[in-house]
Amino acid sequence: MSDAIKKDSPAADTVPAQRTGDDKEFLSVRNLSVHFDTDDGLVKSVDGVSFDLKAGQTLGIVGESGSGKSVTSLGIMGLHTSERARIGGEIWLDGEELIGAGPERVRALRGQKMAMIFQDPLSALHPYYSIGAQIVEAHRVHNKVDKKAAKKRAIEMLDRVGIPEPHRRYEDYPHQFSGGMRQRAMIAMALVNNPQLLIADEPTTALDVTVQAQILDLIRDLQKEFGSAVVMITHDLGVVAEIADNLLVMYAGRCIERGSAEKVFYEPQHPYTWGLLGSMPRIDREQTDRLIPVKGSPPSLINVPSGCAFHPRCPYADVPPDNITRTERPELQQVSDGHYSACHMSREQRDRIWTEEIAPKL
Amino acid sequence: MTDPNKKTPVSSEARPDGSEPLLKVDGLVKHFPITKGVLKRKVGAVQAVDGLTFDVRPGETLGVVGESGCGKSTMGRLVTRLLEPTGGKVEFQGRDITHMSAGKLRPMRRDIQMIFQDPYGSLNPRHTVGGIVGTPFRLQGVKPEGGVKAEVQRLLELVGLNPEHYNRYPHEFSGGQRQRIGIARALALKPKLVVADEPVSALDVSIQAQVVNLLDDLQDELGLTYMIIAHDLSVIRHVSDRIAVMYLGKIVELADRTSLYEAPMHPYTTALMSAVPVPDPRRRGAKSDRILLKGDVPSPISPPSGCRFHTRCWKATQICKTTEPPLLQLKTGHQVACHHPENGEDQAPGDAPLVADVITVKSVGAGAPEPAAAAQAEEAKAEEPEKSAGPVVSEKPVASDEPEELAESASVPDGKGAVAPSADAEDEPKK
Repeated sequence: MSDAIKKDSPAADTVPAQRTGDDKEFLSVRNLSVHFDTDDGLVKSVDGVSFDLKAGQTLGIVGESGSGKSVTSLGIMGLHTSERARIGGEIWLDGEELIGAGPERVRALRGQKMAMIFQDPLSALHPYYSIGAQIVEAHRVHNKVDKKAAKKRAIEMLDRVGIPEPHRRYEDYPHQFSGGMRQRAMIAMALVNNPQLLIADEPTTALDVTVQAQILDLIRDLQKEFGSAVVMITHDLGVVAEIADNLLVMYAGRCIERGSAEKVFYEPQHPYTWGLLGSMPRIDREQTDRLIPVKGSPPSLINVPSGCAFHPRCPYADVPPDNITRTERPELQQVSDGHYSACHMSREQRDRIWTEEIAPKL
Repeated sequence: MTDPNKKTPVSSEARPDGSEPLLKVDGLVKHFPITKGVLKRKVGAVQAVDGLTFDVRPGETLGVVGESGCGKSTMGRLVTRLLEPTGGKVEFQGRDITHMSAGKLRPMRRDIQMIFQDPYGSLNPRHTVGGIVGTPFRLQGVKPEGGVKAEVQRLLELVGLNPEHYNRYPHEFSGGQRQRIGIARALALKPKLVVADEPVSALDVSIQAQVVNLLDDLQDELGLTYMIIAHDLSVIRHVSDRIAVMYLGKIVELADRTSLYEAPMHPYTTALMSAVPVPDPRRRGAKSDRILLKGDVPSPISPPSGCRFHTRCWKATQICKTTEPPLLQLKTGHQVACHHPENGEDQAPGDAPLVADVITVKSVGAGAPEPAAAAQAEEAKAEEPEKSAGPVVSEKPVASDEPEELAESASVPDGKGAVAPSADAEDEPKK
């Protein structure tokens, strides 16, 4: 858990993570961009995101709605249609490039090597087929097994994710399951082929805290058991703190901070990350009188603010000289080993603001 | 934000300094009938709210938490009389509004307002913001000083919106701004009680903090009384003075904020709080503290007998299955409905553990099944002494001839055993 990351050789300094399809990284995303043409203009949902993920590790992607978290994950899964989305960059999964690969190849990998858990299990499960049939289908598409063996496997998976009486529940339809159980069924479906990469897109957002705790526990146990890499997408910093080794904070389609969970929570280097931490009422700390919100609202992705996209909301936008925050987009800079941040302020300025102004108020 | 002369009338009359409750709810019940066939024969009922008793004092914020389906929203709608209760009594400022007719209720409406969860669904897309916020004046026949438009603009400014946006439509606003419009509408008639049903759960974290702060400021400025319904325990802790925890249509615990979060007494509250993910990666190792509840909330159509939580509770004993625990004040300002509360004296010591298939309770004490009558027995300083050192106000008569060690063993937190090797309950919420 804590031996989180030893990634990125010192060479990767200013332009982080340049290497592609490296030896140990199971998933490498390089400069991924997903743009959509709309009547109102080009929506840059994801605009140059890079990260690496090793097998057995968990990457948490955090951000507000519209920051491009889900679009990134759908991009990795190859679920954007090429007619509507313009996808750029590279995605290396276990040494294989996915964006250039044909749809047939991606389809063969999807569900087999990489699988996804969606936010809303009720709309992600087909209402017309029984839970069992849907899991069997997922299994048989990728494995040459007969129906009986597939059924056995499905029941085994339902049992594994903690659904009581799996033999009986196998025949049930999604509407007969409660929210937590549907999410379990979906996890069973995602894991039926032992995928090496599991992407969970807000897997617990629709669930109650007690059920959320069960599901997170389950994902963690299964990860330990199968050694898969997990990408956990969420807006809840509590959830990522619980489960992620590394963290990637997104804002307006770009990564603004990336590093080990420990670093991002204890030495955050970007004003937006400070804002997120300050916005959260915390159950584990002394009661504070007021929250410290981020002013304003997230920007439109059609008209992303010039320079640093966060500058209209940033209380420190005038700290760097020459109006640079409004004219020039900050690139990700390495702060310390494996910890990157995209901010124009100098390291010293940020450290000072964090330790003197922000941290004491949290 | 507001001119000071406007805020006085709101709080003045309803505030004989906390003594008289603003809202009094007694044994509130709402059952939704389940009908079948052409004749709409009643075959059952969803017992959404089943016997709630509580007060809301002027100027305070009462938080209501619970999992989905526990009846908290129904409760909010009963209190605002958007729904008519099946039973019980709702008194607002001493007037019984339980079965008041719509016509008679209308003048009361200006005093009780509601903020809704979904800022997209609760604003009419075909009306301008000015129209939406101004409607309460029209409906109530109120003519504010300086005209409706000026007043609406003042309200928009009050909630942090640009008054120039008077003529815009809801779709031109972001989620957080829409929620502010909803708040402005609720405040238009200077209500005394504002019931907010999940006011921030649909908003992004950074916006959520803005709205929470706004509600806070408005309360200070206008002397409002809030009843805030939410499922997020961190938010509830931040905004509330007193908190009611609901489970399956009942209040299981009602206490001051500090008391509740530092020393929860109902096992359900303990479990709920331990389940909240803590945004601190260093605490991850401490996850063994977590109490994982098994299974789901039972159906409110046929809730479990006795204590409704007994099917998921690690402390459940025979009495929990048969007798419903009353909501009793066990400490000052701390009411709880449990036979075997945490951080407090056991209400039914020596009762045999309930061995159900859902829960496995480590066998504690050798006591034979105790008759339910033993329920009210006084215990013998059962819980760890340092805990009960607090201001425990015992209301029970001393009537126990239990051997002391038996009582003690029955309430040792070991009972959690199978569910989670949990640490002491009150260590969890604070750290």
